[in-house]
Amino acid sequence: MRSNPLVRFFSSLKLTVVCLACATVLVFIGTLAQVNQGLYAVQANYFQSFFVFWQVPGTALRIPVFPGGYLVGGVLLVNLIVAYATRIGFRRIHTGLLLIHAGLVLLLLGQLWTDLAQRESVMRLEEGETKSYSESQRHTELAVADVSDPSHDQVVAIPEAQLKPGAEIRLASLPFAIKVQQFWLNSAPVRGQTNAVVPMATQGAGRNQQFMQRPPVTSTDERNVPTAVVELVGNGGLLGTWLLSDWLLAPQSLEVAGKKYELSLRLARYYKPFSITLLEARHDNYKGTSIPRNFSSRVRVRNPATGEDREVLIRMNDPLRYDGFTFYQYQMMAGEDLRQAGQRPTSTLQVVRNPGWLTPYIACVLVGLGLVVQFSTHLIGFARRRLAKAVLAAAPVPAAARERKPKLKPAKALAR
Amino acid sequence: MKKIVPWIVVGVFALWVLGGLRPPAEKTAFDLTDFGRLPVLLNGRVQPIDSVARNALLQIRTRQAFAEVKNPDAPWWKPSEKYTRMSALEWFLELAARPEQADHRKVFRIDNPELLSLLRLPVDGPFYFSLHDLAPHLAEIDKQGQRAAAIEPATRTAFEKSVFRLQQNLILYQRLKNTLRPEDSDDFSAELAAFQRDLEPGLAAAAKSEAGQAHDEKALNALVAHVRRYNDLAQTAYPLILPPPHPEMQRDAWSSLGAGLMDALSTKQVPPAALAYAAMVTAYRHDQPAQFNQALDNYRQSLAGPLATEVKKGREEYLFNQWQPFYLSTTIYVLAFLFGCASWFGWPRVLNRSGFYLLVLGLIVHTVGIAFRMALEGRPPVTNLYSSAVFVGWGAVVLGVVLERIYRDSVGLVMASAIGFVTQIIAHNLSVGGDTMEMMRAVLDSNFWLSTHVITVTLGYSATFVAGFLAIVYILRGVFSRGLNAEARGALSRMVYGTVCFATLFSFVGTVLGGIWADQSWGRFWGWDPKENGALIIVLWNALILHARWGGLVKERGLMNLAVFGNIVTSFSWFGVNMLGVGLHSYGFMDKAAFWLWSFIATQLALIGLGLLPPRYWASLRNLKAASDGKTGSQPKTAPAGLRSPA
Repeated sequence: MRSNPLVRFFSSLKLTVVCLACATVLVFIGTLAQVNQGLYAVQANYFQSFFVFWQVPGTALRIPVFPGGYLVGGVLLVNLIVAYATRIGFRRIHTGLLLIHAGLVLLLLGQLWTDLAQRESVMRLEEGETKSYSESQRHTELAVADVSDPSHDQVVAIPEAQLKPGAEIRLASLPFAIKVQQFWLNSAPVRGQTNAVVPMATQGAGRNQQFMQRPPVTSTDERNVPTAVVELVGNGGLLGTWLLSDWLLAPQSLEVAGKKYELSLRLARYYKPFSITLLEARHDNYKGTSIPRNFSSRVRVRNPATGEDREVLIRMNDPLRYDGFTFYQYQMMAGEDLRQAGQRPTSTLQVVRNPGWLTPYIACVLVGLGLVVQFSTHLIGFARRRLAKAVLAAAPVPAAARERKPKLKPAKALAR
Repeated sequence: MKKIVPWIVVGVFALWVLGGLRPPAEKTAFDLTDFGRLPVLLNGRVQPIDSVARNALLQIRTRQAFAEVKNPDAPWWKPSEKYTRMSALEWFLELAARPEQADHRKVFRIDNPELLSLLRLPVDGPFYFSLHDLAPHLAEIDKQGQRAAAIEPATRTAFEKSVFRLQQNLILYQRLKNTLRPEDSDDFSAELAAFQRDLEPGLAAAAKSEAGQAHDEKALNALVAHVRRYNDLAQTAYPLILPPPHPEMQRDAWSSLGAGLMDALSTKQVPPAALAYAAMVTAYRHDQPAQFNQALDNYRQSLAGPLATEVKKGREEYLFNQWQPFYLSTTIYVLAFLFGCASWFGWPRVLNRSGFYLLVLGLIVHTVGIAFRMALEGRPPVTNLYSSAVFVGWGAVVLGVVLERIYRDSVGLVMASAIGFVTQIIAHNLSVGGDTMEMMRAVLDSNFWLSTHVITVTLGYSATFVAGFLAIVYILRGVFSRGLNAEARGALSRMVYGTVCFATLFSFVGTVLGGIWADQSWGRFWGWDPKENGALIIVLWNALILHARWGGLVKERGLMNLAVFGNIVTSFSWFGVNMLGVGLHSYGFMDKAAFWLWSFIATQLALIGLGLLPPRYWASLRNLKAASDGKTGSQPKTAPAGLRSPA
């Protein structure tokens, strides 16, 4: 099997070295690119892709110029597995190396799993507020809430991916169709007098507002604030044009077929089967400085299904893991001056669902174990050689025999 | 004799090191040592006044002490006649007590030519100026400084950076001046006595005035004059010098002089510590050492019971400042380096032993310094970029001592002392930013992760640098000297290989531990943050070296060149990523080092260029060729066997 050129290629150490070199370069250029492109774009274009593309300026032509993270990682994985299956084999002497490489495989696969399955969102709470949903930081949705029933709302959410200009969205639960006329991923309100501009909407709060398109943000500190113009078509014909924007704080109401609806373009929400109440948010600085000493949120977790109702303190480096989610202390507005100004402190928790979160821990243990095994094997070998050397030195050995083993020369002899 | 010389050398330096532990001799009758030990609160931590003065002077003048030419005609061998020298503490006390004198001291370091020409100052040095020199341009500095402040730090030009820095330093200077007394008060003790006297009648008059009753207008006005003054003082004073009035209840309730005097409005009592400092600063101003020492002594006794821990902290940190273990070890490393290099040219045994003993002495001082710092901070050794530089050097020296102990060929000695020296220089330049024992931000406040992740990653940096510097020794000795024989080559390549293994281990484990910390505090194991990527690049590069060697893709020289490139990779991860100014880890941001980083990278590339030279240009390998040519004699065309192995 080893004679097969394909197997030889995929099991060779040269391929390993080439892949490691590619990985080094990829990580390096991916780091530099963050200055201009921002973290999220770099992650998608460099690390979570098979190729890094170069767009020919002035055209839509994209040329693959470098292998992306998935390709390099994938080839390394195949390389490792084929090498073990054919070249190295599974021998006891290699237990340490095997453990190290098994840990690496687990780490790589675990990160792939995380890439595919992890979902991050945030939960922003004022002191005293309770929420049973978290919000995306980057994705928005068009929410249509049927608020006719005072006891509960029926919400239909359309993800932003479907809000393409020209799209027509029909849903069985709604008595009207939504035609997307315009969708800007990022926008900003136009301030000042702009008489020349024709209003974008004929209905709702958006009639008096002007927005303009903005380029998508690159920094991780900012986010896109989208704006959409939609036309609603009921059974009886056109209902009007609405301007929906995340800049507008309150939902816009309308009545169709005797039912009340509320329209809003908002951050995508993920509902949870439990609720979180922020009891106290704390942010202290070291005395006489603006260096933060701690951030912490005392919260109450209530789960009607299990009857759970308890208090938890979430701090920096000390998250809450609950029901497959992890809640981290993320942002905080709770300074002493805020309290004195009579404002209620707010705390933002980052909510992460990552089913693969344990893999790096296991991988770390495997690699650590492997390194210990590998080093102790070496150490035992070294000690044996030292012993052999001591025995050889004691016995009268012909000079020729000693010369054949230069490694056994005593260290002191080398210095002379 | 050969055995005694190294011991004499190391003995002399050991005495020098121990001598640094003695308190400095007082130049005047003022007890400045005990004054320097007084605890105050700054940057959120208790520290001696000496630290405040040193860090401030370091920020303003980029040196920890003050010196200026007093008499340019005096001969150089009489430095006391030629120069005025002051410790940071003396300078601070002069600034606080006798500002008219201090304002003529040339303490502001300005070296940006554009800024110098804007201020119409000489552009060809010396680059130190006094407040008096700058006084006509303060409005211009303020205008330019405010403009620069509005610009994102990463995008400021060199001029904007310098003018912003100068403006900040002027503010700091002004605040220091108002730390112990309002700068325009001649007899502050008398002023405070008047305040105490006016306090109760003034407050009574104020209460009546509020109630609309007839009141003593004069008493009220007297108090208002004081209050205006101290309210301004509360805005400007720098360190919090007044200890907490009730330490048993609130340990960190320190206050500045102005704030403490404002509190007197509710307590109706001028804080005793304010009176004590007033007595000291007034005595110093009027050159009355006996009164100064008496007031200092009384104040120290009042602190002794309730604030014993703080007093102890002040005393210990003062000793640390005075001893300067990192400065001592740097000097010793330089000597060890010279001994090591010299041992390759002659008298090898004595020079090598002397150098090695010095290296060990330097390491001991370095280690004690790190341990001392850890005890002062109550933290693991690496807490910021400054301490990472100190620790990278320490790790490299430890490895160097081990290698030197095994091989005894001065290679480990030269490598370790060079890295030890260079990292200390880097650390010194990083310390110019201010207090190096700053408090940990909440996100980093985890001794567990600081002592596991940070230490392993930093040791990974050390080991990668060690491998790279060993490779540099190989290249330089091989190209320029004939000393790199087969034995030395074998020893060096074993050292480099072993060190790269070590580096792989530490950087990998450190990186994964960092990922786990990130998982604990930010919610993801890996986020492609620049600092994380930097660590990953080191791991990948070391793994590449190992696999390239196992696969036979590189031999000895190739291994050396890859190892030298490891220096570039590590310096990028250590400093380069911080210069990008993006990512969650940019707390370690610094902007001045870009030039040095690029220079370092250029030298490393030049060394790799040397390493790539064909063997016939290598002084050591050419010999080898000649030797083997001699053996093969009549068949010069066949490639000599000896030539292949190093290539």
